[in-house]
Amino acid sequence: MCTVCGCSDGNVQIEGKDGQHAHAHDHSHDHSHDHHHGHGHHHDHDHHHHDHTHAHDYGAGIAGTSVPGLSQSRIVQIEQDILAKNDQYAARNRGYFMDQGILALNLVSSPGSGKTTLLVRTLNDLKGKTACSVVEGDQQTSADADRIRATGAPAIQVNTGKGCHLDGHMVGHALETLKPEPASLVFIENVGNLVCPAAFDLGEAHKVAILSVTEGEDKPLKYPDMFAASGLVLLNKVDLLPYVEFDVDTAVQNIRKVNPAAKILQVSATTGEGMDNWLSWLSAAHSMILAGHPLSEQSA
Amino acid sequence: MHEMAICESILQTLQQEAAAQGFSVVRKVRLEIGPFSGVEVDALKFGFDVVTKGSLATDAALEIIETKGTAWCLPCAASITIKNRYDPCPTCNSHQLQITGGEELRIKELEVD
Repeated sequence: MCTVCGCSDGNVQIEGKDGQHAHAHDHSHDHSHDHHHGHGHHHDHDHHHHDHTHAHDYGAGIAGTSVPGLSQSRIVQIEQDILAKNDQYAARNRGYFMDQGILALNLVSSPGSGKTTLLVRTLNDLKGKTACSVVEGDQQTSADADRIRATGAPAIQVNTGKGCHLDGHMVGHALETLKPEPASLVFIENVGNLVCPAAFDLGEAHKVAILSVTEGEDKPLKYPDMFAASGLVLLNKVDLLPYVEFDVDTAVQNIRKVNPAAKILQVSATTGEGMDNWLSWLSAAHSMILAGHPLSEQSA
Repeated sequence: MHEMAICESILQTLQQEAAAQGFSVVRKVRLEIGPFSGVEVDALKFGFDVVTKGSLATDAALEIIETKGTAWCLPCAASITIKNRYDPCPTCNSHQLQITGGEELRIKELEVD
């Protein structure tokens, strides 16, 4: 069982890792199967039932502590963040990126917002100027990594199996195989999901949220955690604005409500509109990483 | 959707602590969860029961201390309480807020045998 993602060993697959991803942990629990099934069946649409079930156990637990035979109970102070383990893996990735002068970005969005198309265009625009590589996260298939590789950039696909997000541990393993060049850009394309990836740090310099104009302007309010966590928001598919009911000003206001400091850029990966701004942002963000870095002094 | 993963992480912490602090049964797990932690408390409770089944915490009660969402309002230069990330300051209606509390997602303490 993976440390934080909750998927069993067989589910996560990283390309180039000789088939199934070998986890180095010794904590596979025999109930992992039940867990996934239960999850799939009950999640989201059965809350009353959960409450009911839980209320029973809760009562039993409280009663349990009050029987005389159990008076030896003691309190153990833990005070530990539940995601501390993921944060450790993320910190290790972040240290690696810093050492190598790499700008790592975690691209997050709903499925279908155009992340991969945007990446393909970006990689083509940067070809011959800046070395780039990509970690592709999807539940299944290597279709996206194949599209990325067609641009000539190295890519590695991580299939999360039943997992709904990438975690620091998966990315760490992917980097071992990907071996990005020093002073390069690493794009981590997260699983299309505006909820879970917000909580899992991967060691990136910035989260970049992509919101396409074919979605609703209210998405930043509906999924505020993700937009609050993102330093840059790309409004994608702006070439379609004449054909859809999407009010850019409202969308911008909504983003500002949850994240007053977010940078917002309008782009179209299809027509290339606004791509210059996005490339300038990338270049500036990379300069910040490289400022004072031994690598940049060598090349200067 | 990731509550299950979070429950797995909690169980892992319990197992590590059991080995480190010498206990074999967990009676109660007390968590601190903030409104901006990205966690649905009902889903977490359900996941906890499923994940801990057959483990050292199989009969453990889950107690959740829900913390308040707090923010620093830049125009007012004051600390305020908000329920949602998109809420404006109740005094000046500004959205120029910095979240200062409510992102907690931590195990506070355990009751163990």
